[in-house]
Amino acid sequence: MSGRRTISRWLVFVIALHLLVIFAGFFAPYDPAEQDRKNPYLPPMRLHLVDHQGHFHARPFAYGVKLREGSFDQYEEDRTETFPLKFLVRGASYRFLGLVPSRLHLFGTETDRIYLLGSDSYGRDQLSRFLYGGRVSVFAGLLGASVTLLLGLCVGLAAGYYGGWRDDLLMRLAELFLALPWLYLLFALRAFLPLAVGPLEAFFLIIVVLGIVGWARPARLVRGVVLSAKERDFVRAARGFGAADGYLLRRHILPETSSVLLTQATMLVPQFILAEMTLSFLGLGVPEPVPSWGNLLSSLQQYSVLVSYWWMYLPALIMLPFFLGYLGLGSELQERAEPYKIGR
Amino acid sequence: MAASPPRKSSKEELLVLPGEIGRSGGRLVVALRSEPKTLNPLTSVDIPSREVIGTMQADLVHINRATQLTEPALAKSWKISPDGLRYTLVLRRGLKFSDGYPLDADDVLFTFRVYLDEKVHASQRPFLIIDGKPISLRKVDAQTLVFQLAKPYAVEERLFDGLAILPRHLLEKPYEEGKIAQLGALTTPPNQWAGLGPFRLKEYVAGQRLVLERNPFYWKTDTKGNRLPYLDELVFLFVPNADAQVLRFQSGETDVISSTGAENFSVLSRDKKDYTMVDAGPGLEYNFLFFNLNDLGEKTSADLLQKQKWFREVKFRQAVSVAIDREAIVRLVYQGRGAPLWGLVTPGDRRWQDEKLPHPPRSLERARALFKEAGFSWTTASNGESTLLDSTGKPVEFSIITQSSSAERSKMAALMQDDLKQLGIRVQLVQLESRSLADRVTQTKEYDACVLGVFSSDADPNADVDVWLSSGRLHLWNPSQTHPATPWEAEIDRLFNAQMYARTFEERKKLYDRMQEILWDNQPMIFLASPDILTGARKSVGNFRPAVLQPYVLWNVEQLYLENDAVNASR
Repeated sequence: MSGRRTISRWLVFVIALHLLVIFAGFFAPYDPAEQDRKNPYLPPMRLHLVDHQGHFHARPFAYGVKLREGSFDQYEEDRTETFPLKFLVRGASYRFLGLVPSRLHLFGTETDRIYLLGSDSYGRDQLSRFLYGGRVSVFAGLLGASVTLLLGLCVGLAAGYYGGWRDDLLMRLAELFLALPWLYLLFALRAFLPLAVGPLEAFFLIIVVLGIVGWARPARLVRGVVLSAKERDFVRAARGFGAADGYLLRRHILPETSSVLLTQATMLVPQFILAEMTLSFLGLGVPEPVPSWGNLLSSLQQYSVLVSYWWMYLPALIMLPFFLGYLGLGSELQERAEPYKIGR
Repeated sequence: MAASPPRKSSKEELLVLPGEIGRSGGRLVVALRSEPKTLNPLTSVDIPSREVIGTMQADLVHINRATQLTEPALAKSWKISPDGLRYTLVLRRGLKFSDGYPLDADDVLFTFRVYLDEKVHASQRPFLIIDGKPISLRKVDAQTLVFQLAKPYAVEERLFDGLAILPRHLLEKPYEEGKIAQLGALTTPPNQWAGLGPFRLKEYVAGQRLVLERNPFYWKTDTKGNRLPYLDELVFLFVPNADAQVLRFQSGETDVISSTGAENFSVLSRDKKDYTMVDAGPGLEYNFLFFNLNDLGEKTSADLLQKQKWFREVKFRQAVSVAIDREAIVRLVYQGRGAPLWGLVTPGDRRWQDEKLPHPPRSLERARALFKEAGFSWTTASNGESTLLDSTGKPVEFSIITQSSSAERSKMAALMQDDLKQLGIRVQLVQLESRSLADRVTQTKEYDACVLGVFSSDADPNADVDVWLSSGRLHLWNPSQTHPATPWEAEIDRLFNAQMYARTFEERKKLYDRMQEILWDNQPMIFLASPDILTGARKSVGNFRPAVLQPYVLWNVEQLYLENDAVNASR
């Protein structure tokens, strides 16, 4: 199979997923922060085409739900009520691309709320939270990984290429960063920041923190690659012909690091999405009620949620295609960058 | 079976406990949240230590955790002089410590000498200083003691609850050498530690468990004359995490679970196999929201000073209070296993409720009216979202801090955030690690609002003296004041002090009711909800009657027993 075709497939897949979270306002039926207090921990509603009397409906519909008498989280279907699914409905207001105010949603119902992925402990729609949460997490992960890799690349190149005392200095610094007890440092960092951090500030804060904490490992890897690359015959030859440092780095050494960077990137993005969960716990993540994937996953830390509400796992399951997309794209790009190394 | 045959000599005055007759023998396993720090009643402050010490020590007069009333314990009777200044207590005859040494009035004299010694820093000392003067006592004969108070003290004999009587024969020498506070490590050899409680030290395995064995000299019997306790062994396992405690209980490694969250309780109730889950009803924990009302001076940020202008406005606090959906808090945070609160006295405290206290339901209209009266107004943005503005046109927004370790309080804050959003107030939630939260509230005072809870140790107002007096360290909205900052705080101080020394319950109740009404009018703390005490035990555990006062399950540990098969199985 031609590598180029596979790449474009992966690319389309990943882009499609990203569009889903970028246009979360449109795809999500509700405001992710809206609490529906009479429906906490509601299981996903089933969509029907055939009703309980055997009649077929062209428009999918859901039955209403009722809390079982005297219980907190046990629901039963109330077949006297049906909610037909409508497409392109008007609902909660949001800003299209963060600019244009809009009320248009892909789907919804005209009467009561419909929960395709169930609801959380406040009765908030899990599907809407997942889509909106993806915005924060995916982009914090991507940007965080970019910052990390950029820092790592610069330091690694400088250390590996110039060597000597610069190498020593940079690598000792990297080791220091790896050895620091980050959890406690982040506690300290939190103390310096103003008490309440808004969602936007929190978002950039996450990126900066991830970048600073993460650069040392890629820097060491890049340095290793650069060390071996600069001794290659073709690099020596180029140097012999009088190539300047800038040219050598750009033209001959940088491409050598691409495979390391790509594999790092595909690993870092999912890792950073999870790291955001830890940061939330330290008060450095996005604050309630703004959703993020870290927030969605953190409810699974509770044993009672784990054993009682299976739909709370769904966000984790839907994250898998995202991670898979990065992985697939990464390995294809790597293959393309160095076809002679991996080869088929 | 028993280590020593019950010698029913006429000299031994044992206490006969009514209740179900149990079977002797067996071992009960209980989980503790962490290792107890000490076995020494003088230095214990953490809950696990107190729970363990409670089963190893005994007091002169005891509060029955079920009835919440006092009962004779080591003292078989007491008499209070008409002027309320002299308490005469008569000890039971023929009692022995768990190592067989006899108890007499000298042990009591010694105990109070230690408690009152400033150099020991006993945690009990503040409760024995009445109106600035320590209680004095003297021995009349080997069985009789007289306590002299400087002023009539309203709690009366409840004062003696939890004051463990110490063994003079073991502790006098270390005390003279000034080493008594260092004693009581868990590694203490069992033969060097003794008490008057139903169990005594047997074995400690660091990081894993503490094993206690039956005290053969214990001074209670059942109605058939069997000497209590029934159990041969009481084992405390150290299980740090609440979820892990549930798993241990489910797998049968522990026999009781003493307090669990509503979510875990419903998991256990749903798949109960061989255990009974009991909702003992609302306890004495009250959760509340409070605003920063400290007098901060110049060095504080202008932003916080500006916000404090709102917080100090009593109508602002009243409006926030009436905007909160307390029913939703009870339903969503405690799954309905709790009670909404409008005052500090929880439904678990049966004697001190103020029936006149209003319980208004949530009303946004009322909140809007109050904001309007206080000079606030609204502006509406293009997308239909309204924002509350103060009289200078500044949008009202503040942050609420909660402990990241308390999912329940964080959840309350998230619900309030949504409640207040409907009034156009933007609330930000900040979770802090417990220690840095405490630091902000009591030291740096850099916060806007905070959600916290207080566990009262007793169903008596005096237990929370540190919270209500303006000079108290836990007077959270403005702690450790030198002079009451507001007239109503001065009035609370006056009422609280007056009830402390009032003579009759009716008189105290009237003063305390008045105090609750002042708190309601001024809303320095906006009371939210009180969780139920949720417990469970294996079906084979007999006499399992959880109470809403601590220790919830082990308060009648001497009466707990294991049924037939369970005794054999655990051997």
